[in-house]
Amino acid sequence: MLRTPLFDEHQGMGAAFTDFGGWEMPVRYGSDLDEHHAVRNSAGLFDISHMGEIRIKGEAAELLDYALVSKLSGMKDGKAKYTMICNADGKVIDDLIVYRIHTDEYLIVANAGNRHAVLVQLLNAAEHFEVEVTDESEQWVLLALQGPKATSVLNEFVDVDLEPLPYYSIASGKIGQTEVLLARTGYTGEDGFEIFIPDTEALKIFRALAVREEVRVCGLAARDTLRLEAGMPLYGHELTLDVNPFEAGLGRVVALDKDDFVGKVALEELKTQKNWKLYGLKGEGKRAARAEYEIYLPGGENPIGQVTSGALSPTLGYPVAMAYLDGSLELEIGSKLEADVRGTRIGYEVVELPFYRR
Amino acid sequence: MSNPAELQYTKEHEWVRVEGDVATIGITKYAADALGEIVYVDLPKVGSSTTHMKICGEIESTKSVGELYAPMDGEVVEANDSLSGSPETINGDPFGEGWLVKIRFTQLPDLLSSSEYDAFIGE
Repeated sequence: MLRTPLFDEHQGMGAAFTDFGGWEMPVRYGSDLDEHHAVRNSAGLFDISHMGEIRIKGEAAELLDYALVSKLSGMKDGKAKYTMICNADGKVIDDLIVYRIHTDEYLIVANAGNRHAVLVQLLNAAEHFEVEVTDESEQWVLLALQGPKATSVLNEFVDVDLEPLPYYSIASGKIGQTEVLLARTGYTGEDGFEIFIPDTEALKIFRALAVREEVRVCGLAARDTLRLEAGMPLYGHELTLDVNPFEAGLGRVVALDKDDFVGKVALEELKTQKNWKLYGLKGEGKRAARAEYEIYLPGGENPIGQVTSGALSPTLGYPVAMAYLDGSLELEIGSKLEADVRGTRIGYEVVELPFYRR
Repeated sequence: MSNPAELQYTKEHEWVRVEGDVATIGITKYAADALGEIVYVDLPKVGSSTTHMKICGEIESTKSVGELYAPMDGEVVEANDSLSGSPETINGDPFGEGWLVKIRFTQLPDLLSSSEYDAFIGE
């Protein structure tokens, strides 16, 4: 299994580990609930170096407009955009954050398990353009500092003022003598930053942030409950090669008015069909319906769909779930449903996503 | 934290404290750590009967669900109701305040000693 450059540090801190996308990653250091609450109330520090970084130079805007579903050429320098890469069938290969560094230079962050699939797709598309596609994943440590106190803490370390940097933007700066990229993005539903650090310089920066009183080091367990509360999809759960962006409620990122792009013909067709739709559900009591548990209409005999992610929400105190349900039912907010929780029917109702908003 | 020598153990990571014909049951620190922070417990009702190695309850963490196996045939005489309000007690004090149920039994199956359980979990 792959390990991040900070693996030994995590082990020394007493982390428990889990396999995630082929990486041996910290799942928690102590209490995952305390880690979750630290991000909501103060700040949490995550090592997310398993994420893949791919840099595109040259006709980067043209390549990305062709290979991805959004219009990336319309971005301003220093901005970030959430988007997806689909195959010719309009199914989701991965969801991505794209940063525009300059007119002719973009940085893409892909999920760990999809890094190679994304790279292959981009390299295939790159044949049509004057462009250089480089997998830089091995060169970077990516840290996420997330929470209401993240910006003020990080500001003490960097040579630029982060306060005025808008959400979904990226700036370069220095921490000590180390050149870093500072992106105001994240996967927790809180304000915060993702910090790209050259791997050899990462340990001392990780340590300097981790010792701060406001900061708690957090593992993937907390990251998962945080993103679920924030209604953010996780590839392999809400997004797979079996679903299209419209079913996932992410049709807004698909720019069908672009010229030809990979998946366009299929996506134009898929936009009008809704076999499945992703819903947010709120449960009664404390027992959470988890991934793959089935959802029914009240008293119904046949399942109308399945949970993709579910947990007892640490912030809200009740079970929350995202689920793909039969799109033809056109369920409304407040619709009553049931989940089969290991043989017991538990009441759930349809609620707005996200479950939590800061 | 080591596994207390005065307790007996199962391969399903329960501990058993025998006093007369009543056994107090809990899960080991090893099991609690593996589950992560426990957020919900479903324990058998007082008066219900238990069957050796049959599931009699559930322990849920934010990340996963663990099943509670009855270490012996018997009847539940007490359940730790305080856990419904503070299930995280199981993580904090698995061998003490985090006990789960008390079972009255007539016969005990073979259980592991602490040193056998240590070896079983590779400590």
